[in-house]
Amino acid sequence: MSDTIIRVNGLGKRYRIARADLSRTFVEAVADAATWPVRRWRQGKDVESKRYGAFWACRNVSFEVKKGEVVGVIGRNGAGKSTLLKLLSRITEPTEGEAEIRGRVGSLLEVGTGFHPELSGRENIFLNGAILGMPKAEIARKFDEIVAFSDVEKFLDTPVKRYSSGMYTRLAFAVAAHLEPEVLIVDEVLAVGDAQFQKKCLGKMGDVAKQGRTILFVSHNMAAVQGLCNRGVVLKAGGVVFDGSSEDAVAHYLAGSTEGGEHDRPGHFDLSRHENHYRRVIFKSPLDQAICSFNTSMRAIESVKRGDIERLTLQIPRIPLLPGSYWIDLQVVQVQGKDSPIIDYVDRAAPLQVVAADVFGTGYSLTSRDGLVYMDGQWDLKPLDAA
Amino acid sequence: MTDQALESHVETVTTPAATPSPAPKASGGSGASGGTSGSGAGLVTRIRASAGWQAVDLSEMWRYRELLIHMAMRDIKIRYKQTVLGASWAVIQPLMTMLVFSQLFSMLMPERKPTVGNIPYSVSTFCALLGWQLFAGAITQASGSLVQNQSLITKIYFPRLIVPCASILVPLADFGVGFCVLLLLMLVNGVVPGVAVLALPLFILLAVLCAMAVGLWLCALNALYRDFRYITPFIVQAGMFITPVVYTYQSIEGKLTDWQKQLYCLNPLMGVVEGFRWSLLGTAQPPWLMMLPGTIVVLLLLVSGTYFFRRVERTIADVV
Repeated sequence: MSDTIIRVNGLGKRYRIARADLSRTFVEAVADAATWPVRRWRQGKDVESKRYGAFWACRNVSFEVKKGEVVGVIGRNGAGKSTLLKLLSRITEPTEGEAEIRGRVGSLLEVGTGFHPELSGRENIFLNGAILGMPKAEIARKFDEIVAFSDVEKFLDTPVKRYSSGMYTRLAFAVAAHLEPEVLIVDEVLAVGDAQFQKKCLGKMGDVAKQGRTILFVSHNMAAVQGLCNRGVVLKAGGVVFDGSSEDAVAHYLAGSTEGGEHDRPGHFDLSRHENHYRRVIFKSPLDQAICSFNTSMRAIESVKRGDIERLTLQIPRIPLLPGSYWIDLQVVQVQGKDSPIIDYVDRAAPLQVVAADVFGTGYSLTSRDGLVYMDGQWDLKPLDAA
Repeated sequence: MTDQALESHVETVTTPAATPSPAPKASGGSGASGGTSGSGAGLVTRIRASAGWQAVDLSEMWRYRELLIHMAMRDIKIRYKQTVLGASWAVIQPLMTMLVFSQLFSMLMPERKPTVGNIPYSVSTFCALLGWQLFAGAITQASGSLVQNQSLITKIYFPRLIVPCASILVPLADFGVGFCVLLLLMLVNGVVPGVAVLALPLFILLAVLCAMAVGLWLCALNALYRDFRYITPFIVQAGMFITPVVYTYQSIEGKLTDWQKQLYCLNPLMGVVEGFRWSLLGTAQPPWLMMLPGTIVVLLLLVSGTYFFRRVERTIADVV
C-alpha cells in the first residue's frame, strides 16, 4: 500500500534567458561553433553562462508520491508548476536531478492535444486517444462511453473545425477523461467549459482517484485542489516551500500570497490616452473567485482627462460578506466593443478580513463554513393546518 | 468547500487512502488494455538528463507503433481534404512532369530520346518519376514535420522519431496511386516486366531509407533553424536534375569524365531510379557498381541522422 509511485529527487531545469540562440540563423550558429574554441580560450570556462543568463524554472525539487495519493501542486504564476509537469511527463529533459515513475503515465497538459480540425469527431477520438497512449482496442471499447460523456453524438462525422468551442472542449475532455493510466498528470484542464461541465470533469477526476490511481494535479483553482486532493505541494520560485495536507497547503499558499499583493503600486499609465475607460473594484473570495464588483460606468463617472489628478472614492454602506479573508482587485478597463481589454490591473491590491461575530444575538456566529455572502432572510415556523 | 458536489468528492478521495487499494484489480480487469496495463505495472520511467549520443530505442518505437499508424493515417486523410480532384493529384503531378519532358526531348533530340532499350520515353520517365517523387514527397513532408507538430511536441511525450517516420509513410499512399497508373501505362504500351520485378520492393525500401536519411537531418535542423525550410525545395529541385529521372544514366555516361562519374554516383537516388526502371521495365541490368557508393552514403546519413535527431529530441520542446 505504501509503495512509492513517483519519486522526485533534486529535479531542476535551467533555461537560458537571452534566447537569441534560438532565433539565430544557421550561418550564425556555424560561425559560433567555429569561433567557440577561441572564445573559450579567451574567456575561460564560463563562456555559456556569460553569454546567456541562466534561469532555473525549477530547482532542487524533491518529493515522493505514494500509490493512490492525489497531490495538488499549487503556486503563483512562474513558480515552476508547468515546468515540473513538463519534466515529469517527459516533454523536456531536466538539467539536473532525477525522477522515477512506476506504472503507465498519462499526462494531460492541455485538452485536445493533437486534435486535427479537418478530421471528424469520430476520427479525432481515435487519434487523440492514440496520442494520449490508449491502445486502439481500449478506445473502441470505451467509444460509446466517450461519446455519451461529450454530448456530441449528432456531430460525430462533422469535422471538428465546425464545432462550437464548447463542443470541441467537451469532446476533447471526454477522451482524456477515459484514460486509465496508473499515474495521471493533469494541468489546469478544468479551467475550460461551462460550470456544469466543470463539475462533471471534477466528478470524473474524483472517480479516477477513487480507483486508487495516483494523480498529480496542478491548478489555480483552490476549491478544486481542496476538493480533490488529499495532499498539497506549494511551489515558490522553482522550489517546494510546503508539503502537507491539501487544506494546509491551500492555507499556506493563501497566506503566502499576502506578501505577493501589490499594495501601493504607482500607476505609470497615461489614462487620458485611452479615451473611453472605466475603473473597477473587484471583491474576490479567498479562492480567487470574483464575488462582486463595482465599476465607474455603472454610475456614469467620467473618464480621466489629461492632466487631472483625482481621488476616486467608493463608499459601501454595508459589506454583506461572511467571515473570511478576501481580496480587493483594482482595474482600469478600456471600453471597446465586446471584449474590453484591461489597461491596468492591480491584483490583490488590498486584503479584507471579515471576522466572526454573533450578528444575530443568538449565540451563533457565522464562519466561513456558512458561505461567502450574507443575505437577509426570515424564518417562520407555524403548525400545518389539517385542512 | 462551498459547493455540495465538491464536498462529496472529498469523501471519494479519502476512501482509497483508508482501504487497501483495488487498483491492480481494476487495471487488470480493464479488458483489452489489460495487457498493456499489466506490463505497465512493471514499467518504470526514469527521468534524468541524458548525456552524449543516444541510439534509437527500438522497443519504445515498437510500443508506440499504433501512434505511428494513426499519425500517418491522419496526414493521409487530410492531404486531399477540401480539394476537388482529391487523390488524383498524386497522379497529375508526375503525369504533367512526364508530358513536359516528353515534349521537350522530342524537340531537342527527336531521334534518340534518353530512354532505356526500346521502351517509350514516356513510360521510362514516368517509372523513374514515381521513385523520385516518393523520395521528394517524403523529404518535403518530413522536413516540416517537427515544426508542424509543434503543439503536440510541447504538450505530450512520445518518441519524437514517430513524427518524421509517419510523414515519410504519407507519400507511400501517393506512390500506390501512381503505381496503378504506371501499370496502366505499361499495359497500353505493351511493356511487360520480367522476373526482376521481384526486386522492386528492395528499391522502394531504398527510396524510403534515402528519404529517411535526408528527412531526419532536415527535420531536426529545421526545428532548430528555420533556414532549412528554404533548403528543402532547393534539394528537391536540383536533385531531380542530378538524378537520372528525365534522362537515363546510360544516356549521359559517355559524356562524364572519371571524377564527374565518381561524384555522380554518390547520389543514392541514382540507384533508386535506375533500379525502378530495371525491375519494372525489364531492361538491361543497371550499373550495380555505380549504385554502391550512393547506398553507403545513405546508410551513413541514416545512422548519423538518427543520432543527431536523438540529440535534438531531448530539448526539442524548448526550442521548436
